[in-house]
Amino acid sequence: MNLTLLLVVILTAVFLVVAAWGLDYLLSPRSFNKQKGEAYECGIPTRGKSWMQFKVGYYLFAILFLIFDVEAMFMFPWAVIVGEVGVAGLVNILFFLLILVLGLAYAWKKGALEWK
Amino acid sequence: MLLNTYTDSIDFQAFTGWIHGVLSGALPAWGVTLVECVLIGLGLLLGYALIALALIYIERKVCAFFQCRLGPNRVGPYGTVQSVADMIKMLIKELISIDHIDRFLFNLAPFIVIISSVLAFGCLPFAKNFQVLDYNVGIFFLMAVSSIGIVGILLAGWSSNNKYSLIGAMRSGAQMISYELSIGLSIMTMVVLAGTMQISEIVERQADGWFLFTGHVPAVIAFLIYLVAGTAETNRGPFDLPEADSELTAGYHTEYSGMHFGFFYLAEYLNLFIVAGIATTLFLGGWMPLHVAGWDSFNAVMDYIPSIVWFLAKVGFVIFVIMWFKWTFPRLRIDQLLRLEWKYLLPLNLVNLMLMVIVVVFGLHF
Repeated sequence: MNLTLLLVVILTAVFLVVAAWGLDYLLSPRSFNKQKGEAYECGIPTRGKSWMQFKVGYYLFAILFLIFDVEAMFMFPWAVIVGEVGVAGLVNILFFLLILVLGLAYAWKKGALEWK
Repeated sequence: MLLNTYTDSIDFQAFTGWIHGVLSGALPAWGVTLVECVLIGLGLLLGYALIALALIYIERKVCAFFQCRLGPNRVGPYGTVQSVADMIKMLIKELISIDHIDRFLFNLAPFIVIISSVLAFGCLPFAKNFQVLDYNVGIFFLMAVSSIGIVGILLAGWSSNNKYSLIGAMRSGAQMISYELSIGLSIMTMVVLAGTMQISEIVERQADGWFLFTGHVPAVIAFLIYLVAGTAETNRGPFDLPEADSELTAGYHTEYSGMHFGFFYLAEYLNLFIVAGIATTLFLGGWMPLHVAGWDSFNAVMDYIPSIVWFLAKVGFVIFVIMWFKWTFPRLRIDQLLRLEWKYLLPLNLVNLMLMVIVVVFGLHF
């Protein structure tokens, strides 16, 4: 792994943001206006807080995503060598996938995949 | 002529080797490394900015032609300098500082979004020996860095202290993580076929035929799933509900102004390029020219075209298809969007993965 190049790429990205931001800061006009600081919603001050409890549906999908993404992470090394391992690799992963598909079927049956 | 003895008509290795030779003659070893790093950074930056500007112009023209309009045609010949003018306009816009925002997270969000897209951009194989980051776990790395961008979007929406931004960010997050699964699984399907995760190696293995053609039916299904999921991942086309203008003004970047907004705009177009670039690398043979077994003179003619032209042409084709989607399908509702992913694409993807394993294990591919 060439980590120097990784560092170079990250620094390039940081440089891009800082440079463009700095340039904007230098070139742009500035004026103060009380109304300018308000949230861009309806022209009147926001009612209530915006940092509030949020619809639980999003969290459900996030948890489901987590399960399947971790699964994908575990399956990548298998995916690389399955061509060499052959039928044994196929049979072994079928058990792994079966458990996951059962999980998906359970979530489906429980209605976790419906948007309510 | 053998199919996989492809020599590029523009040899990037000779070019970089020449630069290295010139620098080693004039500077000590650490100086050579430093200058080379700076050159790589500048090249990356230039490519990033130019591709973003070009894509903004192309998007406008394509969109205009689909709607029987002319599109930008005043600034420069055929309006080609329009996006440069827009960039200058964006640079001289005021950076409005809003009350009641979480200032630290608000300012951090563009960094995360840009870092994620530049890292993914660095992984793309533009031509033979013309790739910044080439790891043995390349595809895995690419997926990892491109999913960091979601964190930036969620932070942007959360820290803005604006309900539109918050809803936009949450929708965007739900959509992107859901379709991340389809992207991951369809990429995994192709990794099974390729037998490697190194990006340059994946391209090399398509010398005898692009994976879309050699991979039998599962490769075609994976390509279609990837196109749908990639469109959703970039928040475009029928899946642009995080930015549904009529309901949410501009979604997660409503409160951003000036260049601050520009970063999200830039990253959005670059993500389009990256998604198309990965599709090209995995399915359409990366920078490999089109070869047909047995047609030797045809293959020889194709070999004359430089590999970077092949790569950009294929990426351009995929980008055009994704833009085409946008003007063909009506926007989905969020429940339809999540149903499409979780009830159709995900099971289909798992079955398709197994199909591909069967094809590879029993050697059924071409």
